[in-house]
Amino acid sequence: MSSLRFEAPETVEDAVRLLADADGEAMPLAGGTDLLVQLRTDFVRPGLIVDLKRIPALMDVTVNGDDIRVGAAVSGATLGKNKAVTSAWPGVVEALELIGSTQIQGRASLGGNLCNGSPAADSVPALIAAGAVCEVAGPNGARSVPVEDVITGPGQLCLGPGEIVVSFVMPKPPPRSGDAYLRFIPRTEMDIAVVGAGVALTLDEAGVCTHARLGLGAVAPTPLLVEDGAKALIGTKVDDDALANLAAAASAACNPIDDKRGTIAYRVKVAGVLARRAALIALERARSNG
Amino acid sequence: MATAKQEIGNGNGSLKYVGTRPWRPDGVDKVTGRAKFGADLSLPGMLVGRVLRSPHAHARIRCIDASKARALPGVKAVVTRDEMPEVPSQWVPAGEVQVNYRDMSQNVMAREKALYDGHAVAAVAATTAAIAKQALDLIEVDYEVLPHVIDVREAMQADAPVLHDDMFTQGVEPTPETPSNVFKKVHFQSGDLDKGFAEADIVVERTFTTKPVHQGYIEPHAVVASAGEDGQCEVWCCTQGQFTVRAYCANLLGIDIGNIRVTPSEIGGGFGGKTVVYLEPVALRLSQLAGRPVKIVMSREEVFRASGPTSGGAMTIKMGATKDGKITAAKAWLAYQAGAFPGSPIQPGCMCVFAPYDIENAEVEGYDVVVNRPKVAAYRAPGAPISEFAAEGVVDEIAKKLGIDPAEFRLMNAAKEGTRALYGPKFGPVGCIETLEAARNSEHYSIPLGPNQGRGIATGFWFNIGGESCATINVNEDGTATVIEGNPDIGGSRASIQLQAAEALGIPPEKVRPLVADTDSIGYTFLTGGSRVTFATGMAAIDAAGKVVEQLRERAAKIWDIPVEAVEWEDGYAKPSGSNAGDFEPMSMAEIAAQAGKTGGPIAATASINAQGAGPGFGTHVCDVEVDRETGRVTVLRYTAVQDAGKAVHPSYVEGQIQGGAAQGIGWALNEEYIYDKDGRLENPGFLDYRMPVASDLPMIDAVIVEVPNPNHPYGVRGVGETPIVPPMAAVANAIENATGIRMTDLPMSPPRLLEALDNGGANGGS
Repeated sequence: MSSLRFEAPETVEDAVRLLADADGEAMPLAGGTDLLVQLRTDFVRPGLIVDLKRIPALMDVTVNGDDIRVGAAVSGATLGKNKAVTSAWPGVVEALELIGSTQIQGRASLGGNLCNGSPAADSVPALIAAGAVCEVAGPNGARSVPVEDVITGPGQLCLGPGEIVVSFVMPKPPPRSGDAYLRFIPRTEMDIAVVGAGVALTLDEAGVCTHARLGLGAVAPTPLLVEDGAKALIGTKVDDDALANLAAAASAACNPIDDKRGTIAYRVKVAGVLARRAALIALERARSNG
Repeated sequence: MATAKQEIGNGNGSLKYVGTRPWRPDGVDKVTGRAKFGADLSLPGMLVGRVLRSPHAHARIRCIDASKARALPGVKAVVTRDEMPEVPSQWVPAGEVQVNYRDMSQNVMAREKALYDGHAVAAVAATTAAIAKQALDLIEVDYEVLPHVIDVREAMQADAPVLHDDMFTQGVEPTPETPSNVFKKVHFQSGDLDKGFAEADIVVERTFTTKPVHQGYIEPHAVVASAGEDGQCEVWCCTQGQFTVRAYCANLLGIDIGNIRVTPSEIGGGFGGKTVVYLEPVALRLSQLAGRPVKIVMSREEVFRASGPTSGGAMTIKMGATKDGKITAAKAWLAYQAGAFPGSPIQPGCMCVFAPYDIENAEVEGYDVVVNRPKVAAYRAPGAPISEFAAEGVVDEIAKKLGIDPAEFRLMNAAKEGTRALYGPKFGPVGCIETLEAARNSEHYSIPLGPNQGRGIATGFWFNIGGESCATINVNEDGTATVIEGNPDIGGSRASIQLQAAEALGIPPEKVRPLVADTDSIGYTFLTGGSRVTFATGMAAIDAAGKVVEQLRERAAKIWDIPVEAVEWEDGYAKPSGSNAGDFEPMSMAEIAAQAGKTGGPIAATASINAQGAGPGFGTHVCDVEVDRETGRVTVLRYTAVQDAGKAVHPSYVEGQIQGGAAQGIGWALNEEYIYDKDGRLENPGFLDYRMPVASDLPMIDAVIVEVPNPNHPYGVRGVGETPIVPPMAAVANAIENATGIRMTDLPMSPPRLLEALDNGGANGGS
């Protein structure tokens, strides 16, 4: 009979040590909304689970100067009530809030969503669009990793043994900025993105786009930062031509698979559709944030 | 919102309780969590059972070595094919379908071959779940993997892998000399098809497909079985038919029926899927071997991989009509997947395909085809939604091409009293026209539509059944009553039987407690299915109540010392009548019951009937959709479902049945499907990727009850549970066509499939 050990350390250092020193497979636990399901279906059989929710750095939201720092295990329910974050990055918060039901929202977190390693994770394209950077702690010290570099393949992360994401750092957006995230699911709830698109953009006083980022999910083995999408918008007034170029760039960036949730052709087309629709929402927000 | 209420015929102009909406007798227990479902029973010394399932779609089982599992401490019994009796082939009727005991036996435990991903090959009983799980890992099964076939048309090809080498197609002359996957051919014909098509000004022919869909009950299959040393067996399980479980266990294990007692739990949904056995005989066999009670509960994955969905189908419909809107001929070719063993609902599919219409010249040809999928089980009007989806699409297209409103076109051809159905009988009073008129006249049917929006209408038919039922009414000392019956309550039948008994006794429903009893506590009652319970078991309860009223009158006559003929029963009171009218104060049921000991003993009666004359059910649904042309997403904006209930005994429950059927049908139309990989393994055995609608996917389903009384029931009742799932697929498809001009012929009309059809202007599953 295999046994399962559970630890709930109160410091990052203890958590890192427990994970790094474990024999066999050790898994960090944030909200557990993925991990517990995987445990129950025998998808994973770890020997050690390290709960991170007693570590203050993972449960805080702080604003320091030009940076907003969100603890990796902060729940969707908590983040949704944080005015600083919801007004700065409504698209990121909305993306996190799309995950699961009301009950799940009490547990689901940005860190858990990212570190589950799914290419379809809802909050990840929005975090990529927002330019979020992960603060990572590990046995060899701390480092910063842009969100788009964390997932290296389905279920695969760039994190080494004992490394955990402690928090996400996002810049405070300048005036006339907006972001948005849209996903396509066949139903209205309780589903996994067939395509997800996050867009963040900033306008100058003339309404010309000076900064833009496009993140896509569920269209490649990893969530994508689409540089060509930003190029399609920057320097334009985000008019129909620019949006069509954005959609084309989004579709061109896709490298999806045919699977039970959608075909290649479908994902490629809908990625463009969603990128354009998300950009329109971001644009509207940017214009009202003048 | 019941409309078009009609006073009931049959001399019952003034029903007091039937037609009201009292609190449901099982409601509080269900919302407080007190109700006991299949997995809730635990017994001392109980073992945990688990089932090992085939990972292959089609494989010969060369050898099963369970020695390591048997040797594991904590393992108390292992069952493989060697521990299960070999059962000879025998077909027996089971409501709307037939079952074969040999096939059933081989479905609950594979014998020579595993025939689908998820097919049971062994089972263990152990002291803990962890040990049981470990034991499954220790069972070594040597498989010879065989080529498999999943698609119904491919399975019919001459070069398809053959599942059963003793299957020679029935119903064709001469009987083939080589085995195939086609179990039987069904054929109905009337009139002169060539003449009918010759009379037509317009002929439309189209081919359709549907995917297998699961009943999706929330409660997984669960059983506790206990075999005593004296051979007495007890089974507790969630089932739609405790008597069916008893008979199946007896036949599969060679036990006398009298030695098995089956108690049904509360049931968390069935929809036809709990009319068969999967775990019960296996748990009972494990218990026999272990000498201890055994509990087995399926996981959701097991439910999807191993329990019955309904068939997927391939259909071709050809229909002709005159310019002025008369359908002159109709022809259907239907092939239904049965799963790994024969017995798809092809027969009812053929019976129902054209039933909403009065068509002089018609022919239906149907095929029952085995494939390497789980054996299908009944699902709400089994077979009818598949064939009627196809027929209603063609009806709609003809109406459009003729420039006739689709409701009017259906009305011009609608079945009515006296119409002879293609499968034989002449309809008595039926409500096809009435449901169509109510739909056409509804506010919904005429509200304007916006851009990318469309409206569809479709009519559906289900024949409904009656059958064997018992009911016992015991009058308690205080004048309350208990009505005991044998039908697990999947859709409100307890409330409807309570109301009918109350009506017949003349006492308020809250004074009548309904109870669903085990197999030893009530006489044989056929399972809950075929929309039969409110009709048939309700009638048994009315009969039993009639006998109780007779006794009550006799007791009052005795007390008053007047002839029984001089006592009438009214509103729960005995009253002297005729020449004795006014001689005594009316006596209540409570007063008579209090003196029962002195007047002849307890007052109780049982009725046992074989109910005939179930009234067929018609329904017409109207659906509005909006199509997102860039993503292929379909949003159902508004939905109205009209149905003839004969007499709605508890209208809230009738509305619930209508809404539930419509909701399931919308799921079937838009997103539900089984997805298999190239090796024949099910890729979506869970609610995440098997996409039933969630609450936010649907608008309020407006249920409209029409009442055309069934003359064969004292209160005019028709079954209502199944008809509502028949029209939705066509209603949605017709609405999508109305919105986009594209006729989708393949279900589900999921976003990728619809977007592809939109982008191709109709190719690939649309046109």
